Amino acid sequence: MTDQAYNFAYLDEQTKRMIRRAILKGVAVPGYQVPFASREMPMPYGWGTGGVQVTSACLMPEDCLKVIDQGADDTTNAVSIRKFFQRTAGVQVTEATAEASVIQTRHRIPETPLREGQILVYQVPIPEPLRFLEPRETETRKMHELEEYGLMHVKLYEDIARHGQIATSYAYPVKVEGRYVMDPSPIPKFDNPKLSDNAALQLFGAGREQRIYALPPYTQVVSLDFDDHPFEAGKAPHDCDLCGAGESYLDEVIVDDAGGRMFVCSDTDFCASRQAVGHRGRLSPEEV
Amino acid sequence: MYVAVKGGERAIDNAHAWLAEERRGDPGVAELSVDQIREQLRLAVNRVMAEGSLYDPDLAALAIKQARGDLIEAVFLIRAYRTTLPRLGHSRPVDSAAMACIRRISATFKDAPGGQVLGPTFDYTHRLLDFKLLAEGAVPAAPASAATPGPVPHITGFLNRDGMIETDAPDETTPPDLTREPMELPASRQLRLQALTRGDEGFVLSMAYSTQRGYGRTHAFVGELRIGTVAVEMDIPELGFAVEIGEVELTECETVNQFKGSKSEPPQFTRGYGLVFGQSERKAIAMSLVDRALRWKELGEDFNGAPAQDEEFVLMHADNIQATGFLEHIKLPHYVDFQAELELVRRMRAEAMQMQEAAE
Amino acid sequence: MTPEALTGGFADAPVQAARAFRAALDALSRPGVIHTVAGATPPAPLSVAAGVLLLTLADATTPVHLAGDHDCPALRDWITFHTGAPLVDAPSAAFAIGRWGALAPLSRFAIGTPDYPDRSATLIVEVDDLSATGAHLAGPGIKDHAHLSLPEVAAFRANRALFPQGCDFYLTCADRLAGLPRSTIVEAC
Repeated sequence: MTDQAYNFAYLDEQTKRMIRRAILKGVAVPGYQVPFASREMPMPYGWGTGGVQVTSACLMPEDCLKVIDQGADDTTNAVSIRKFFQRTAGVQVTEATAEASVIQTRHRIPETPLREGQILVYQVPIPEPLRFLEPRETETRKMHELEEYGLMHVKLYEDIARHGQIATSYAYPVKVEGRYVMDPSPIPKFDNPKLSDNAALQLFGAGREQRIYALPPYTQVVSLDFDDHPFEAGKAPHDCDLCGAGESYLDEVIVDDAGGRMFVCSDTDFCASRQAVGHRGRLSPEEV
Repeated sequence: MYVAVKGGERAIDNAHAWLAEERRGDPGVAELSVDQIREQLRLAVNRVMAEGSLYDPDLAALAIKQARGDLIEAVFLIRAYRTTLPRLGHSRPVDSAAMACIRRISATFKDAPGGQVLGPTFDYTHRLLDFKLLAEGAVPAAPASAATPGPVPHITGFLNRDGMIETDAPDETTPPDLTREPMELPASRQLRLQALTRGDEGFVLSMAYSTQRGYGRTHAFVGELRIGTVAVEMDIPELGFAVEIGEVELTECETVNQFKGSKSEPPQFTRGYGLVFGQSERKAIAMSLVDRALRWKELGEDFNGAPAQDEEFVLMHADNIQATGFLEHIKLPHYVDFQAELELVRRMRAEAMQMQEAAE
Repeated sequence: MTPEALTGGFADAPVQAARAFRAALDALSRPGVIHTVAGATPPAPLSVAAGVLLLTLADATTPVHLAGDHDCPALRDWITFHTGAPLVDAPSAAFAIGRWGALAPLSRFAIGTPDYPDRSATLIVEVDDLSATGAHLAGPGIKDHAHLSLPEVAAFRANRALFPQGCDFYLTCADRLAGLPRSTIVEAC
C-alpha cells in the first residue's frame, strides 16, 4: 500500500544517488563525517531527518524495517517514522530486532546482538564530537585533519579534576580505528561497547548538520579514557522489574505520588521477548 | 500496576484529527479560500515564497491555510514539497535593470532618471486601526496614470560612472547551489546571499539592526530600493536561444556604504546587496546590510567580533526551518539520556558524601 | 548516438537501483564478499556489474573517466544517455572504469584532501576472475581476515598508506562485484 504520488522510499533518485555516494565514502573512511546535501524532509530537522534520509537511500522492497526511539518501538516519533516508510516504501515492518534487516534508532543500540547483513541507522543531532568545545566548523575540520584531539582529552580530564570522574554519560566520544574521534549520537555510554566489533553495518545520519558517517562491521571503536580512569559503561544498579534482566539498560519510571519507582528495560522488544519465554521480574503481574 | 505507555499510533491519528478541526475553526464562519489568502494576505505569501525558496503564490497560500497562519510552518511545508521536485534546468540571471517597477526609491538622491515611485507602501500610513475594515466593502480605485516607458537604470550605476563606488566585476562562473550542495565554509558571496535570501526574516532583520547599533557598523544608505516584476528566461538547447518562461516579482535593495580606501584602492563607496522574492522590502534592506557586514574580509576591514560579521555564525543560524526543527526536537523523549545523567549524578553525590563522612 | 545506446538501462530504476546499492554497500562494507547484481545490459566491453554500479551511482554531478578499451563510442553514448555523467580525464573523475592495466598509474586519480578525504575517485576495475582467494585482507568490515583475487598487491598497499585519503575500488567480473575500500590492509598471501 505505497503512496504513488511519491517515489519509492520518498526521495527522488537523484537525491538517493547523492546520499548513497556519501554513505559509501563514509564506509570507506570509518568515523569521518562526509558532508552531504541534506534535503528538507516532511518531518522537522532534529526529528530524525538524517536517519530518515539514510534509511530511504538504503531501503529495498525486500527489507523488514524496525524503528525505535529510546529503545522503544511504540514511542510517538518511532511510530511516525515507521508509518512514513510503510506508506512511501511499502516495506514490511517489525518490532523484533532479530527479524529486521534495517533498524533506525534514536538514542539506543538494541540489547539483542546484531548480525551480519543488518544495518543500524542512527539519527544524529550534532555529529561533531568537538562542537561543544569549539563551535566553529572551520576549526573542528582542521582538528580532525591534524588528529588534534587534545582539546577533548583536556575536557575529559577537567571533568576528573572537578568531579572525580568523567562527567559525560551519553554521546560519549569514541575513537574509530585509531584515527577519527566520532560522536556515537546521544546513546547512553552503556551502549558504547556495542559500537565496536559489531557484526552489523552502522550508519549515522545528521540531516540538519548535513553529515553522514559510518562504522563498517567489525570496526574497532574505543571510548576515550585515561589509564588511571578507564571507561566504564554505566547503568542503574537494578534488575528489570518486569523481565528480571540484569544486564540491560533500564528506564526509571515513577509509579505513584509518593515517589515510588520501578526499573524496566528501555529496549521494549528485548523485555517483551524475555517475558514471553517466562522470565519474570520483581513487579511482574501474578500468573492468571 | 505499571503498564508501558502504548498506543502511540492512535494518539497521533487523534491529534491529527483534532488539528484539522482546529484549523477549520468555527464552521459557522465561512471557510477561507486559497484565492483569498493569495490576494489579500499577499505579504505573508511573499514571505513564505522567499523563505521557502519556491516562487508559487498559490502553493504558498495553500501552505498558509494548512499551517493555520503559522508562517514558519508554511515555509516548512513549501520546502518539503520543493525538495521532491525534479531539477529540469536553470534560468538565465534575471535583469533587474529591466524591472517593471511598482516602487522605486532612493535615499541618496532627491531625484534620478526614472523618477522616485512610492508605490503601494505602508511607509507614510498612520498606523491607526482602520475600523472600516471590520465591515466588508468595495475599495475606491486608486488614481492611475500611464506607465512611463523606458528602462529604469540602477542608481548606483550613476555613482559607478565616476568611480565613486566599487565595480562588481561580471562573473560567468556557475554559482554554487545551497539547496543541492552542503554548506562549505568559508562561503563565497554567492552562497552567503543565497543563505540570506532564504533566511528567516526576523533573524536577518535583527542581524542588520545590530550593525546599525554599532556591532559591525557599515554606515549604510539605501542607494536604491525597487520592487517589480522581471522576466525569467531559460536557454533551450534544442532551440539555441532563450525563451521567456514567466515572470516573478522581486524586491531589490542596493546599499551604498562608506569605505575609507586601502593600499590598493582609492577611497570609494562600497555596496551591500539584497534580493528577495515578492514585495519583501524589510527583508531586502536587512539582507543588504548583513551582506555588507559579512564582506569585511574581502574589503580589508577589521573583524570587530560583531555577530553580523561572523560568517559561520550568520549562515549556520539564519535558516528558520533548521532552527525551529532543532529547537522543537527537545520536546521528543530524551529519557534514556536523562536516565544516564541521573545515574551519574547519583554516583557523584554518593562519592561526595562518602568523602565528607570520611573527613568528619 | 547509436540505437543500442538507448537500451540496457534499468527498467524500474527506483527498485533496481535500491537492490544494486545494497549489494554495492555490502560489498564495500565487507571486503572479500562477492555479490551478484542485475538490471543493466551495457555494450561491450563494460560488464553487467560495472554497468549496474554506474546506473546506481553516477549522474550529471559525477564526472566519469573511461580508461583504455572502455573509452569507445558505444560506451560513451550509453553512459551519456543513461546517466548524463560528463566524461573526463583521470584527474577530474569521481568514477573511473577500465581494466587494471589501463587504469594505472593510480596516482592520476583524486585521493581527496586532508580536510575532505571524501573528495576522491572510486575505481571500477574490470577483471577476468573474481573470487575470495588470493590477497590477504584485514581491517574495517572484516572479521579476522578475508581473501580476494586482486590484480596486484603493491598498489593497494600504497593506497592504504595514504589513509584517510586514497581511492576506493570495486572489482567487477560479468555480473559479480566485490569492494575494496581504502581502509583495507592488503598483504600478499
